[in-house]
Amino acid sequence: MIYFQLFLSFFQIGLLSFGGGYAAMPLIQGQVVQGHGWLSMSEFTDLITISQMTPGPIAVNSATFVGIKIAGIPGALVATFGCILPSCILVTLLAKLYLKYREMAMLQGILHSLRPAVVAMIGSAGISILVTAFWSSEGDTVIRLAQTNWSLVVIFIISLILLQKGKKNPIFVMVLAGVMKVAVALVEKFAACCGTIF
Amino acid sequence: MESKRKVLQKLFLSTLYLSAFTFGGGYVIVTLMKKKFVDEYHWIEENEMLDLVAIAQSSPGPIAVNGAIVVGYKLAGMIGVLVSIIGTIIPPFLIISVISVCYQAFRDNFFVSQMLEGMQAGVGAVIASVTYEMGAGVVKEKDPLSLVILVCAFAAACFFKVNVIYIVLVCGAIGAVRTILAKRRGAK
Repeated sequence: MIYFQLFLSFFQIGLLSFGGGYAAMPLIQGQVVQGHGWLSMSEFTDLITISQMTPGPIAVNSATFVGIKIAGIPGALVATFGCILPSCILVTLLAKLYLKYREMAMLQGILHSLRPAVVAMIGSAGISILVTAFWSSEGDTVIRLAQTNWSLVVIFIISLILLQKGKKNPIFVMVLAGVMKVAVALVEKFAACCGTIF
Repeated sequence: MESKRKVLQKLFLSTLYLSAFTFGGGYVIVTLMKKKFVDEYHWIEENEMLDLVAIAQSSPGPIAVNGAIVVGYKLAGMIGVLVSIIGTIIPPFLIISVISVCYQAFRDNFFVSQMLEGMQAGVGAVIASVTYEMGAGVVKEKDPLSLVILVCAFAAACFFKVNVIYIVLVCGAIGAVRTILAKRRGAK
């Protein structure tokens, strides 16, 4: 019974979350916090924090997290399956139609107008990630020159050069960016220690 | 093209590997897929990739999962969908299963938080690089309407926080109207 409830809840989340992770968040909250009481509000906040710190879509992460908490590994499997099933059906259908009819003038016209929009939306997602990285502290994001995280700005520029000029592997660059930040933070800690000693 | 088994194997490993590094939302996996399947393997053309991303976006559900499904279907049909979904799901499933046991320690760890902060800047650079390459492709077409759509869609998404589904619908409608007008002009 609990498995069926988990499946149904996450099936709805998968079916109704248009527009990516942030659109899914209120739906997940509605189902698991208000609807079924599977998580408390503070557990839900923790879940969102963890989702942002780990790879993977928020909906899939939530399904795994809630499933395990409520009904162990089988619960996690059922919830995850529920959450991706609507995508499997709809996206496969759309992909099939696209590959079959893409030579059609009408579909060509629609896709031609969609391409620049897709580029714009990818760019916009990149900007919101960078704004959070450069200017967010303790959960608030205020764009002010004095509060810029300059070490991250420098890491961003180095990463961009490595990608564009060096043609380096993107995942290598991402990991390197993380390592650079750890190094900067260690140096800062060390400097702070020296500062208190002298 | 390589043998089907080889393709499936590469597809599985690529989606597994890309999914393990999609910090920061669905658009990251889309840009990584572009680098892998378009630039490295040459399995998909750049314009086709943009169409596939549009499909992934206009459907409900996580963009990362939808992206894996369209690419899997395009490369190897239903079996491709299965393989790429499993590849995409395994990393977050395992990671969250482990972390759900000890999440407070993980959340408060100094190295983890610094590493993740730095990776955000790296992710931003990857997206900037892909946007630049794809944007240059749109500009090169020298189609004024495409440029207008590029600018307006960007403003709508970035400054006015319009839900992507509306942007997709409006731009699709513009394309449809344009095609109808062009046909009428052609008929006269």
